[in-house]
Amino acid sequence: MTATGQPAAPAPAPGRPDERLLRTSPLRGLLGRPELGSVVGAVAVFLFFAVVADSFLQASSFGTVLYAASTIGIMAAPVALLMIGGEFDLSAGVLVTSSALISSMFSYQMTANVWVGVFVSLLVTLAFGAFNGFMLTRTKLPSFIITLGTFLMLTGLNLGFTKLISGTVSTKSIDDMEGFESARKVFASQLSIGGMELKVTILWWFVLVAIATWILLRTRFGNWIFAVGGEADAARAVGVPVIRTKIGLYLGVAFAAWVSGQHLLFSYDVVQSGEGVGNELTYIIAAVIGGCLITGGYGSAIGSAVGAFIFGMTSKGIVYAEWNPDWFKFFLGAMLLLATLLNAWVRKRAEATK
Amino acid sequence: MARVRTGVRAMGAVLAAVLGASLMGCSSTGGKRAEERAAQAAEGRSAVNTPRWTFAMVTHSGDGDTFWDIVQSGAEQAAVKDNIDFLYSHHDEAQQQAQLVQAAIDKKVDGLIVTLAKPDAMKAVVAKATKAGIPVITVNSGSAESKEFGALTHIGQDESIAGEAVGDELDKRGRKKALCILHEQGNVGHEQRCDGAKKSFDGTLQNLYVDGTNMPDVQASIEAKLQSDKSIDAVVTLGAPFADAAVKAKATAGSDAEVDTFDLNAKVATALKAGTLGFAVDQQPYLQGYEAVDLLWLHRYNRNVLGGGLPVLTGPQIITADDASELAEYTKRGTR
Repeated sequence: MTATGQPAAPAPAPGRPDERLLRTSPLRGLLGRPELGSVVGAVAVFLFFAVVADSFLQASSFGTVLYAASTIGIMAAPVALLMIGGEFDLSAGVLVTSSALISSMFSYQMTANVWVGVFVSLLVTLAFGAFNGFMLTRTKLPSFIITLGTFLMLTGLNLGFTKLISGTVSTKSIDDMEGFESARKVFASQLSIGGMELKVTILWWFVLVAIATWILLRTRFGNWIFAVGGEADAARAVGVPVIRTKIGLYLGVAFAAWVSGQHLLFSYDVVQSGEGVGNELTYIIAAVIGGCLITGGYGSAIGSAVGAFIFGMTSKGIVYAEWNPDWFKFFLGAMLLLATLLNAWVRKRAEATK
Repeated sequence: MARVRTGVRAMGAVLAAVLGASLMGCSSTGGKRAEERAAQAAEGRSAVNTPRWTFAMVTHSGDGDTFWDIVQSGAEQAAVKDNIDFLYSHHDEAQQQAQLVQAAIDKKVDGLIVTLAKPDAMKAVVAKATKAGIPVITVNSGSAESKEFGALTHIGQDESIAGEAVGDELDKRGRKKALCILHEQGNVGHEQRCDGAKKSFDGTLQNLYVDGTNMPDVQASIEAKLQSDKSIDAVVTLGAPFADAAVKAKATAGSDAEVDTFDLNAKVATALKAGTLGFAVDQQPYLQGYEAVDLLWLHRYNRNVLGGGLPVLTGPQIITADDASELAEYTKRGTR
């Protein structure tokens, strides 16, 4: 946490050591973590549903909640990094669908081994990510506009290409093709651990969050992310490669979209071309609940995981609690708002005690 | 310039990789080649020599909806046969749909096919069409309003009757506690289906709303519900793609519930055959598109009307494992 993008400290007063060199107690350090608020929120949501919903505490239920969280969390981790870097990606939700469509249709049309389609999809998906980053850094337009454009184009491409190639709006089934079983093992298998059915996406999620956290806190690239998100011009002035950093962040999102897309394909083996719209907001919400500032320069990857976990617990907890489904969306919104407020409150308290 | 050149080089590398990948590693099973082997030559000539009329169809379909894709393919095939210039447009928001109907009227089409999923928003514009002398046929939804709005005929399924058929079928199968999965909150037709099922079903039926645009979430929600209530012995999804998610959810939750669904597609047909699905309720979307175009043609050519003021029902048709094998090939080509 060397550069959190907070305003530069004023010159130290005489007789007082530079605050950046101050030793802080482990507790203080913990309180300053961006994900602390969301962890408190997650505990609150967990306790709440543990009380109101009987079946929430079953091991099998926990597997379900984790699965719901993982499908959001895989995308929320790179989206959080991107937000720390000061940018948005509105095309992330649809890119997941694109990625699934590409590998399914490529394998089918070429009658190729499924793995060929999977790797072609990786290349094309990364190309879309690169396109976002390249357009952003070249045109200097806000990422909101650039990725909104990509979002609309991808939505149209998904529908148009699928209809053009398959003749219908969903892809053909590829489950009888070579390589399908092994690809399913990688992207959509299920492990049974102690009575809990755990989807492999949970593993992907943990690994991606771990990598994102390592990049953010232990590498030079991580420092660059905080720097470009805090103040891009200042970062450029001290030699941070702003363009490379931002393109790299969009590539990260594209990579995760590829993973999610392959999961989608190999768990259902047919992809609906209209899916994914609206999910980009879910990823952003998870990152924000997890402590990422919308303005950039502050946040963490672990926070995004906690945010995704809150999302998973809330959306499934409502079902476990057997609340009247007419109010589903209202409950979801209220829970999310409360979690975010609690998050903000804890952060403020933590900063006040510094 | 250096950056541009590396960009070009990178693009070239990507292209080469794609081409290379497609050349190696072929699959000897499935895929396009299998489809081509099985493909039958379809003819595209009209069977009549009436003038080339233009018919427009405006539906409330969202983007990329499998159901409406089949309706459209039915309409298109009838249009080819009847020498019709067929225009299709859709929007899931009522106001936009009304504007699309207006655009068709402006184009002075010879016939109009509309859906009345949101009847109030469509009333004025349908009246405008009939006033302009354009024959209107309503399809799919709006059986109650169709006649009142001045349409010739309504072709579709009565959602309540379809729901009741599901309730009866569940009774026949000895089910006691069923779950109705609604993938679009606020869709009137969906509510009517579940209400219809609730009405005729002797056991209890609960509604569960899921987010239809997010398949893993659909699966996890059904999973959660099945885990929290072990006594559920039937799950009814309202669209074919969601049946598969329900089957997966059932397996993970370790539930014995029978999964049944509205609508049909290739996967549903296969699953029915394999016994992983109990039954499917088909409203034959192909017929809705095909008959609408054909009836408009008959009206233009011969002043025929069908239904005698009552809706012409295309469903519900209950499909079980027995019918599934026969229907599988039609679902694959996208007409059932």
